[in-house]
Amino acid sequence: MGRTILNWKSFLPLLAIFLILLILPPLLPRFYTYIIALMFVTGLLAMSLNIVVGHGGLFQFHHAAFYGASAYTFALILTKTSLPLWIGFIAAPIVAAVIGLVIGLFCVRLTRLYFGMLQISLGSLIWAIVFRWYHFTGGDDGIHGIPMPPFLSSLTSSYYFILIVMAICLAVIYLIFKSPFGTTLLAIRDNPQRCEAVGINVRRHQLAAIVIATFFAGMAGVLFVVLERSVFPDLLFWVLSLEIFIMCLLGGWFTFLGPFLGAAIMVSLRTFVGIYTEYWTLILGIILILLIFFLPEGVMGFLLEKFGSQVAGPRERGIE
Amino acid sequence: MLKVEGVEKSFGEFMAVNGADLTVGKGELVAVIGPNGAGKTTLFNLITGQLKPDRGRIVFRGEEIASIPPYEICKRGIARSFQIVNIFPRLTVFGNVQVAVISQQRKSNTLFHPAQGMAVEETNRILESLGLIDKAWNTAGSLSHGDQRILEIAIALGNDPKLLVLDEPTAGMSPEETSATMGLIKGLAQERGLTILFCEHDMDVVFRIARSIMVMHQGRTLIQGKPQQVRENEEVMRAYLGEE
Repeated sequence: MGRTILNWKSFLPLLAIFLILLILPPLLPRFYTYIIALMFVTGLLAMSLNIVVGHGGLFQFHHAAFYGASAYTFALILTKTSLPLWIGFIAAPIVAAVIGLVIGLFCVRLTRLYFGMLQISLGSLIWAIVFRWYHFTGGDDGIHGIPMPPFLSSLTSSYYFILIVMAICLAVIYLIFKSPFGTTLLAIRDNPQRCEAVGINVRRHQLAAIVIATFFAGMAGVLFVVLERSVFPDLLFWVLSLEIFIMCLLGGWFTFLGPFLGAAIMVSLRTFVGIYTEYWTLILGIILILLIFFLPEGVMGFLLEKFGSQVAGPRERGIE
Repeated sequence: MLKVEGVEKSFGEFMAVNGADLTVGKGELVAVIGPNGAGKTTLFNLITGQLKPDRGRIVFRGEEIASIPPYEICKRGIARSFQIVNIFPRLTVFGNVQVAVISQQRKSNTLFHPAQGMAVEETNRILESLGLIDKAWNTAGSLSHGDQRILEIAIALGNDPKLLVLDEPTAGMSPEETSATMGLIKGLAQERGLTILFCEHDMDVVFRIARSIMVMHQGRTLIQGKPQQVRENEEVMRAYLGEE
């Protein structure tokens, strides 16, 4: 076979992109630095959802609940306690993962659409709690002006912090994706019944995937707070969940980096079309219709199909 | 090795399996035959845990396995193929078998180790012995029907089973493909010392290669015996020719 595990040549473009992103902030206006940082956060969020949706084949319909729960946990730890930042930084994604575990325990007992329905209900429950519990979560006002330590005080330093944490998270997600766990997850997506017949405990595996995905959604939630210094109930509203889902579809949910691309497209649409019209979702709707007809595998899926033979070996394409 | 006693399973009012008995000895090649709707597939699903029996006992190597989930049954050494092609269509042929081998090696939960280099030797050996090695990097969904059927068996072999259960391994195959496949299966049984339980509609094939044949009719076991005994049994003749 003669295939090496890590082809360093395929990492060169990624390394180049990373270096470009490193030198960008001084060259760009503040606004663009902020938008790119927001793309990182949203991209990580979409990538975390795709662990269970694209790779796991689960209808994780309320992913924002975990993102928001983590953001709120982080915000509450920073504003209501005197605990150091790093504790909040670790605790918040863990809280998201624990909520993911509890909700997942119920959900993996159900199949497909019912899984999605139950998740919307349980996730909305969390939203309702946050929305109603005024004296603790600030209700629909949210929490604003969350204090950040000096090393995160400027936008540029937040940008670097977000970039580095995101890059580490993506690398870890990539490792998981290429591990036996990830391969088995793909097999479960393709055919859960057959997986049981080859000795795989499908439910436990799916549950583990949900916990991993919600943990990374939690990381994105923390990064959001670092960037925005505020939290509000919309972070756990189902509309955002739908948007994350669309990002995965838009970018290409059977590819690795597709959801990231989808997130970048969504953020740019909202920002730049949003300047001209309040109805930017209308444009999004049209793009989605075109997507379904012309690019059913998503933008990244299309690009890989078109230029993939030069980038990845046959194996890479076969699996993704 | 495997003993099925008085197993029953109904779907609503319909008794799909209504008193099935089966004995499979170590190293044997046992066939289950019967007209369409006799309950063969249901019986196999009961043995490998996709279904739970309403009544009766299924004992594998001295242990009752009638109420444990399929993945546990697989870990105890029973692997199966399905009557309707049941593979991982988006994975490569190699990946299909590799998933089973990784599961067999209890490494499905390994998180931070590339899967690419794992279980390669075992997987390639299986693909080679079934003649799929040239297509190892094709996407499984793009294979011909006949090759997908062979892949079914390859996945089952990935679990290195003690007992291999094949549900109509040649369904949808041409007569030539059928005899080639059955030859392959017989070869496997000898080479690996496998115990194989299968069902098959081609009677010629069954009587040629099976050591022991169990006949099902309307969910019930009519007889299990050597091909000669089965051939001469009157009840079997009636079941196949219709009652006059």
